[in-house]
Amino acid sequence: MSTAIELKGVTKSFGNTAIIRGVDLAVARGERHAIIGPNGAGKSTLFNLISGRYPVSGGDILLNGESVTGLKPFEINRRGLSRSFQVTNIFQRMSVFENIRCAVLWSLGYKYSFWHRLGGLKDANLRAEEVMESIGLKRRRDTLAGVLSYAEQRALEIGVTIAGGAGVILLDEPTAGMSRSETADAVELIRKVSQGKTLIMVEHDMGVVFDLADRISVLVYGEIIACDAPQNIRGNQAVQEAYLGTEAAA
Amino acid sequence: MATLKYRPLNLGRWIVWGGTALVMIVLPLMFTEGFTLTLLSQIGVGIIFALSYNMLLGQGGMLSFGHAVYSGLGAYFTVHALNLISKGAFYFPVTLTPLIGGLAGTVFGVVFGYVTTKKSGTTFAMISLGIGEMVFACSLMFADFFGGEAGISTNRVIGKAFLGITYGPSIQVYYLIVGWVLVCMAAMFAWTQTPLGRMANAVRDNPERAEFVGYDTHMVRFLTLVLSGFFAGIAGGLSCINYEIVTAENVGAVRSGGVLLATFIGGAGFFFGPVIGTIVFFTMVTAVGAITQAWLFYLGILFLIMVLYAPGGFASLILMHVPVLKARLMRRLWLPYAAALATGLVLLAGLVSVVEITYHYSLEASTAPAMALFGFEFNVTDAMPWAVATGLFAGGFIISRFAWSAVGRAWDDIIHVMQKQSP
Repeated sequence: MSTAIELKGVTKSFGNTAIIRGVDLAVARGERHAIIGPNGAGKSTLFNLISGRYPVSGGDILLNGESVTGLKPFEINRRGLSRSFQVTNIFQRMSVFENIRCAVLWSLGYKYSFWHRLGGLKDANLRAEEVMESIGLKRRRDTLAGVLSYAEQRALEIGVTIAGGAGVILLDEPTAGMSRSETADAVELIRKVSQGKTLIMVEHDMGVVFDLADRISVLVYGEIIACDAPQNIRGNQAVQEAYLGTEAAA
Repeated sequence: MATLKYRPLNLGRWIVWGGTALVMIVLPLMFTEGFTLTLLSQIGVGIIFALSYNMLLGQGGMLSFGHAVYSGLGAYFTVHALNLISKGAFYFPVTLTPLIGGLAGTVFGVVFGYVTTKKSGTTFAMISLGIGEMVFACSLMFADFFGGEAGISTNRVIGKAFLGITYGPSIQVYYLIVGWVLVCMAAMFAWTQTPLGRMANAVRDNPERAEFVGYDTHMVRFLTLVLSGFFAGIAGGLSCINYEIVTAENVGAVRSGGVLLATFIGGAGFFFGPVIGTIVFFTMVTAVGAITQAWLFYLGILFLIMVLYAPGGFASLILMHVPVLKARLMRRLWLPYAAALATGLVLLAGLVSVVEITYHYSLEASTAPAMALFGFEFNVTDAMPWAVATGLFAGGFIISRFAWSAVGRAWDDIIHVMQKQSP
């Protein structure tokens, strides 16, 4: 079993508007996969369907070979899929450390415990410290998440996403709004934290995409028009017309 | 590592907890009137109730309008248990009967909480209000269990005395309450330091993110409410032992509103906030209530002022001075504070005069126009007292504004200095 995520004929409509119009996609375990496409193509919607934020209108989604269609976000998360958000979505009134510790508690089996003392949870605290180290926020340990800089918040967003040790990670525009040097740091961070995991990312920055991705899917008007290795995507005529061409002209 | 960092705070924590325990134990020895003891017992029970309420409001972000349901039903089950014990139906030490209340609170937390916690925010608030009204209606419908208008009375002095403890004298009941307060307070504080307690904060701040790190927000809210119901039930059980009577009032909306008021005045964002709020609240209700009929009016004004000017409650007012103390800048505040206090007292005297004269005029002017206030005797039908009271109020208001702007300037200075100190 080598497929981490598989989408079979997934559709999504809001009212009469079809946003996702039959997507088939298989991402192998350990693959770094990017989804690109013009604005309004349905990239974020696709993420929301995979992660259980929205219910699908049709089709089936399999995580590690098992259907997760219709499951709630927390159920999908418990099966080993974690996601980040395009608009930073962290616990603003908690410290960096608390943010990450909240994200590791379930995966370490503490669940709804009210008989463990947080300060005494060596594994959770250690894991949180490790994650802080890896996302480079160790010196901001006790800073409230809400007062971090934008780039730091984006790093924390990734930290919260990976902290639980999920095998499949979905990153929604992780470098959006970042400066060139911040983007370079973010790419290194993503490369590091997705080591040995399956990564699916939505990204607008073509440099980031071609740098990181093993394969790229191009989503246009709710359909995947091409799915291939980066160098082949670059040369694909349909993609040029639908997407890269307009990007280059802009 | 992680634990090292909090060492200095832990010392402060010991001082706060030890001090709280000491004050509670010593207070009745200093003030021996029965009135004080009644008030202190009331405050003790209120503290458990308010802290249990704050598990919902402060820690879980759930605004409940029906929390008295859990304490009230806890009280009813305790009263029936006490009556059964005195009949010899079963044996159970009176000291532990609040646990029966706690158990009832837990069970009803499971039953009602499952429904109320499905949603958060306004929906939760509305359903909690509905359940509060429903239980109150039941209390008047099922007279066998709830005792109708008269309620159910009991006798706490049952069984053999243990080490001379009969719970006959109210001082013994007071110390029983103190014991339960300390245990419950410690337990509820400990809860804030557990995975569930932390995730309750997480669900309060960002329920969506909590779902994407593996937590079912409904379950987090539900378990929080069940635990909160347990402690509310203990408070109910204690109030039953304290008053030896339980009436429909115990489950009523006034009780639910009171605990919201007390928690908010004290500061829902801080663990100790509801404790302070409860002390202020019951002092207003009982002590001010014993002096004047207008106590509810004053309580309303206090609530209004707090909501408008100190939404973090008394706890936030106290805690905002900690960094100033650390930076050794308090001396800049003493003078403006003294001015604010002096002018504030004038304003308060003016307000009290206006309110008291108005109350007296509208309630008793025809039969007894003479009244005494601040040592002065006068007739409320004369114009003079009205003029003086209004003048005092208006004058106090004007000079208070000057004093408050001085306080504001002092704070601006301090914040400026502190920002320079820490880059």
